Amino acid sequence: MPVDAPIEKESAITSIPAVERTSEPPRLQVRERLRELVAHREVLVNLVRKELKVKYTASVLGAVWSLLNPVMFLAVFSLVVFVLDNNVPDFPVFLLSGLLAWNFLANALQAGSRSVIDNANLVKKMAFPREILPLSAVGVALFDFLLQSVVLLLFIAVYPGHGFQLPELALYPLAIVTMLVFATALTFWVASLNVRYRDVGHLLNLALLVWFWATPIVYQGWLVQEKLQTVRFLGLDVWALYLLNPVAVIVLGFQRALYSIVVPGPGQEPILPPMRLGTLTGLLLAVLAVSVLLLFLAWRSFFHRSGDFAEEL
Amino acid sequence: MTTAIAIDGISKMFRLYRERPTSLKQRLLVSRSRSEEFWALRDVSFDIAEGSSLGLVGHNGSGKTTLLKCIAGILRPTAGTIRYRGRLAALLELGAGFHPDLTGRENVYLNASFLGLSRRQTDRIYDDVVAFAELEEFMDNQVKFYSSGMLVRLGFAVAVHVDPEVLLIDEVLAVGDESFQRRCLDRIRRFQSEGRTIVLVTHALDVVRQVCDEAVMLDHGRVQAIGAPDDVVRTLRHRLLSDDPTFVPEEGSREVEISGVVLESDGGLRDTVYSGEGMTITVDLRADVAVPDAAVSFAVVSASSNLHVLEGKTSRLGVSLGPIDGKKRVRFRIPPAPWASGTYFVSVGLDSPDGRLFHVQTQHYPLTVPDVHDVAQALVVEPTVEVEDL
Repeated sequence: MPVDAPIEKESAITSIPAVERTSEPPRLQVRERLRELVAHREVLVNLVRKELKVKYTASVLGAVWSLLNPVMFLAVFSLVVFVLDNNVPDFPVFLLSGLLAWNFLANALQAGSRSVIDNANLVKKMAFPREILPLSAVGVALFDFLLQSVVLLLFIAVYPGHGFQLPELALYPLAIVTMLVFATALTFWVASLNVRYRDVGHLLNLALLVWFWATPIVYQGWLVQEKLQTVRFLGLDVWALYLLNPVAVIVLGFQRALYSIVVPGPGQEPILPPMRLGTLTGLLLAVLAVSVLLLFLAWRSFFHRSGDFAEEL
Repeated sequence: MTTAIAIDGISKMFRLYRERPTSLKQRLLVSRSRSEEFWALRDVSFDIAEGSSLGLVGHNGSGKTTLLKCIAGILRPTAGTIRYRGRLAALLELGAGFHPDLTGRENVYLNASFLGLSRRQTDRIYDDVVAFAELEEFMDNQVKFYSSGMLVRLGFAVAVHVDPEVLLIDEVLAVGDESFQRRCLDRIRRFQSEGRTIVLVTHALDVVRQVCDEAVMLDHGRVQAIGAPDDVVRTLRHRLLSDDPTFVPEEGSREVEISGVVLESDGGLRDTVYSGEGMTITVDLRADVAVPDAAVSFAVVSASSNLHVLEGKTSRLGVSLGPIDGKKRVRFRIPPAPWASGTYFVSVGLDSPDGRLFHVQTQHYPLTVPDVHDVAQALVVEPTVEVEDL
């Protein structure tokens, strides 16, 4: 018999660390909070599953609706491009490679801004990390993104001359990660703000409209660069200012990775801004760095406010 | 004894807006002064021992649910701290955390994940949950087609199967049929025997008295009484009665005093009598200065109907106490009666033959008549036998 065998069995509960609830608004401790989120990952999985199911199972076409969006966009813009006689080879691949990233951002933000409000019943009655609500909006958007990527892959397969180019394709994972971090940061932000100011939803829709056209999705990035690079505003390069739009950089990254046609042929006008791959990688990394910082700030502010969600809804 | 939940100086203030500014414009234009402060909890402090069951009672709006939500971490207290250990499951509302468009099965998984279970852990308890809720045939139906009783059953079944160290229950047991309520109570008793901690909010005072070791009464956000369920239930009853201006909990000249009252059923239970059972009310008296005579009376009042269901007085029953100098004991024997289940309160009084009030304790002693189905009791009857030549 071991000498140090405990004489009395210690109460099971005293070995568990105590949870403390105070009047202080919660302060974000990233590592501790991450552990809590990981412990509740099942909630995230279940909420995403729930959202997808609610979104798609009651409709006849189901997930086909998600695919219809890029296809309709493609149809409309192909018509516009045909009318304008705008010469972009493999236009569907060009459009979709940028549009899917945009759709992801827009879906995440729109669903995310409603995520806390729409789940008021859960927030008021159940205790769980509130971050899971905007995260599940991002998760649903990611699911749609992957689904729509199948359409894009089909188009890439359909255009025989259009294969993946290896060094360019390496940008794809970087672009996806940057897109995820950036969208998550903004989603946290709009989700918590929308609880207090219901204007956020309306404002967001307007902002997304402007933002969409400020991003080279349906028009070629080169056209913007061509017109802007000679313009100076307050001594600043306006093309550089345009690239301050993080989504523009992310979309350019996706287009370079998947569409890859910078100049269609000798003597022809470029389609994508003819910057070096290293430059674009650098830009993406810069956006990623800013997004990580933004994510930290947005998360901290969300967490800080989340203690009062149950009361404010 | 280890403390499972320590509640220390908890206050909770809500801002009541006449019209809540939910848009930017309103927030900018409307001054902050249009809100009123409402204190749902004020400086509430008490400890809940590990393995004990605490009943939170109080009238509507006394702050019970707010306190439960603060413990669960849904609301942030305005002041004070709450500490607890272990996995905590809160059952605040029927079907909270259920999504109407998901099936019963999916909702079990969703709900269990809120309470911290992984998919695999839920797989393990799933059959037990379904069996407990008795919803085997309906698990693949969407929850929006469930009745409210089915929802509670499923919600309660999940909550008690997630193996929490601390279980918070808010007035959800009132729904569901009798057999389900009984199973819930059984389950709660099993929880208790396993040394888990329970906080129960309820209006059913007999449940508090039957189940809880301790009770806390809140009134307008403050702790009004804390202690043994019987005492707290009595305080609550008295507070309720105090709306009646003629109500006085205790009065008299005290020349002779009631020094103790014991309610005992024929089966030997204290403060409890089963329907069809007889009981004894024992009243102990003490007189420091001798008095020539006194009459002892009692009345049993139903808490639900406020009716005097039974009364008795020594003088009317033809018994004289004689001179009292020192101590005396009076026993009222009540024959077996068809008691309706519920909570009753017993008043005891002492007066002189000429009608002077010595001592009266109004509705001071709670008495429970359990639901006959509640516990299988030995039948306290003696069978008789007859033999006949044919």
